[in-house]
Amino acid sequence: MRHMIKAVGSLALGGLLLGQPALAQSPKVDPATVEAAVKGVFGHAPAEWQQRIVQDETQKACSLYRNQPPADVATAITERETKNVVLPADGKLLGDWKSGEKIAQSGYGGRHTDDPKLPLGGNCYACHQLSKSELSFGTMGPSLLEYGKIRKYGADDAKAAYIKIYNAQAVFPCSNMPRLGHNKHLNEQQIKDLVALLFDQESPVNK
Amino acid sequence: MLAGIVTAVAILAAGFPALAQQDETEKEIERYRAMISDPFSNPGFLFVDRGEALWKEARGEKKVSLETCDLGEGAGKLEGAFAKLPRYFADADKVMDLEQRLLWCMEKIQALDTKDIVKRKFGRPGVTSDMQDLVAFIANKSIGMKITPEVSHPKEQEMVVLGEALFFRRGGQWDFSCATCHEATGQRIRLQALPVLSKPGPAAQATMATWPTYRVSQSQVRTMQHRLWDCYWQMRWPDAQYGADAITALTAYLVKNAAGGEIQVPSIKR
Ligand code: HEC
Ligand code: HEC
Repeated sequence: MRHMIKAVGSLALGGLLLGQPALAQSPKVDPATVEAAVKGVFGHAPAEWQQRIVQDETQKACSLYRNQPPADVATAITERETKNVVLPADGKLLGDWKSGEKIAQSGYGGRHTDDPKLPLGGNCYACHQLSKSELSFGTMGPSLLEYGKIRKYGADDAKAAYIKIYNAQAVFPCSNMPRLGHNKHLNEQQIKDLVALLFDQESPVNK
Repeated sequence: MLAGIVTAVAILAAGFPALAQQDETEKEIERYRAMISDPFSNPGFLFVDRGEALWKEARGEKKVSLETCDLGEGAGKLEGAFAKLPRYFADADKVMDLEQRLLWCMEKIQALDTKDIVKRKFGRPGVTSDMQDLVAFIANKSIGMKITPEVSHPKEQEMVVLGEALFFRRGGQWDFSCATCHEATGQRIRLQALPVLSKPGPAAQATMATWPTYRVSQSQVRTMQHRLWDCYWQMRWPDAQYGADAITALTAYLVKNAAGGEIQVPSIKR
C-alpha cells in the first residue's frame, strides 16, 4: 500500500516536472468575489479567527490549480516550504513514542468550540493506519505500519519524517496533509514524540 | 406522509454505506433501522409534523401564516419546490436556498422578528428549531422527485461557479478545503466514508437527495446549512454564519452535481 501510494506520488510529480499542463483549472470567477463571499460568511468572527483563513502563497496556488500545480509552481512551493522548516536546535529527533501515540490518536484543537488551553492532537489516525491494534483509522494518507522498521530505523529517514510532519508540502506540493509544525498546531516536542512513534523499535507502529 | 415513510423505509432497506465496524454509532443506526420498520417511528417525521403546523400558524406583526410564501413554484406551492432550490428570486433579486427564503418570507410576509428564529437555527435538547421543522416539512413535499437544479438565470450560474471556487479554497491551520475530503473516491476519515461531491454522479446524488436528515448522533433533523457549518467546524475555520450567501453558493454547486438524484427526506444518518 505504502509503496503503491509512493509510486503514484512520484508519477504525479514526474508528470509535473515534464511540464504537463495542469489537469484542472479554477473556474472563471474573480478572486475578489470569492473573498467577498468568505467575508460574508466569516466576517463576524473575531479578528484573530479571520486571520486564520487569510490564504498564504501556497494555499492560494493549491486552490488555483486544485492541488495539481504546474512544474514551476510545484517547485516554488517545495522550495518555499523547505525554507520554512525549523529543525530542533538540540539535533535530537526522537522523543517519547507513548506520548506520540496519544498525539496521533487525538484530533482535539483548532475548532472554534475547542478550549485553546487543552493539549492539541495531530489527528494522524484520521488519515493513516499506524498500529495493528487501532482499527479506527482513515485512508486519506498511506498506511504507516512498520514505518521505521522498513527504513531500518535510519537517522536520515527519521529526519525526513520530522520534516514531513513539520511541513508536508516541503516534500509534496499541495499535499492534503496539513503543515502541522509550520502552521503552529504541533510544537517541537510533539513532533519529536511523533517521530519516535514512527521510529522507536518499541513503538506499536513497528510491532 | 405515509407514502413518504414507505419510501424512507425502502431507502434504509437498500442500505447505508456499509462500514462493517463495531462503531457505537453504527450500532445505534442498526437499532434505528429496526425501529424504522415500524413506519410511524422515524423520528424525523415529528419534525415534519411540527413544520406543517408552523407553516400554517399566523405569526409576526401581521399575524398571518407562511402559506402565501413563494418558494419558487408560485405562492404557497410546496410540491416540488425543494427539488429546484437554491434558485433566483426576482422579488429579492438574489439566489436563495430554502433557509434564506424562509427567513425572507418570515420578514416580508409575517413581519416576524427572526432574531429568535436564527438563535434557534440548530435545535438541541430542550430547544426546538423552527427552521429545522419547516425545512423537514417543505423538503418532504418533494419526496420521490428528482433534483432539478435551476441554472437558467445568470445569477444562478454565478452562484454555481462561486460555490465551486469556494469548494476548492484551501485555508486555515489545517490547510483544508472541501476538496481535501470530498474529491477522491473510496476514502475515509477514521471510519467515516467520504462521498465524492466534486463531480456529477451517484455519490453526489445520494448525498444531496438525503438532506435534510435525522441525525441519530444528534437526535435532530439537520439541514444543509448545519451540515456545511459542521464541515467548516471540522476544517478548523471560524463559526460559519447561518444563512450566508457562501453556504448557498456551495449548496448550489453541490446540487448541480446531484442533478437527477431522487429526493428521500427526511432520511436517517449517523
Ligand atoms: C488530512 C489528512 C492527513 C493527516 C491529518 C495526516 N496526514 Fe500524513 N499524509 C497524508 C497524505 C494524503 C499523505 C500522502 C501524500 C504526501 O506524502 O504528502 C501523507 C503522507 C505522510 C507521510 C509520508 C509517507 C511516506 O510514504 O513516506 C508521513 C510520514 C505522514 N504522512 C505522517 C503523518 C503523521 C505523523 C500525522 C499526524 C501528526 C499525519 N501524517 C497526519 C494525509 C494526512
Ligand atoms: C476534514 C474532512 C472534511 C472536510 C474538509 C469537509 N468535510 Fe464534509 N464531511 C466530512 C465528514 C467526516 C462527513 C460525514 C460523513 C458521515 O457522517 O458518514 C462529511 C459530510 C458531508 C456532507 C454530507 C454527506 C452525506 O453523505 O450525507 C456534505 C454535503 C459535505 N460533507 C460537504 C462538505 C463541504 C461543502 C465542505 C467544505 C465547506 C466539506 N464537506 C468539508 C468531512 C469533511
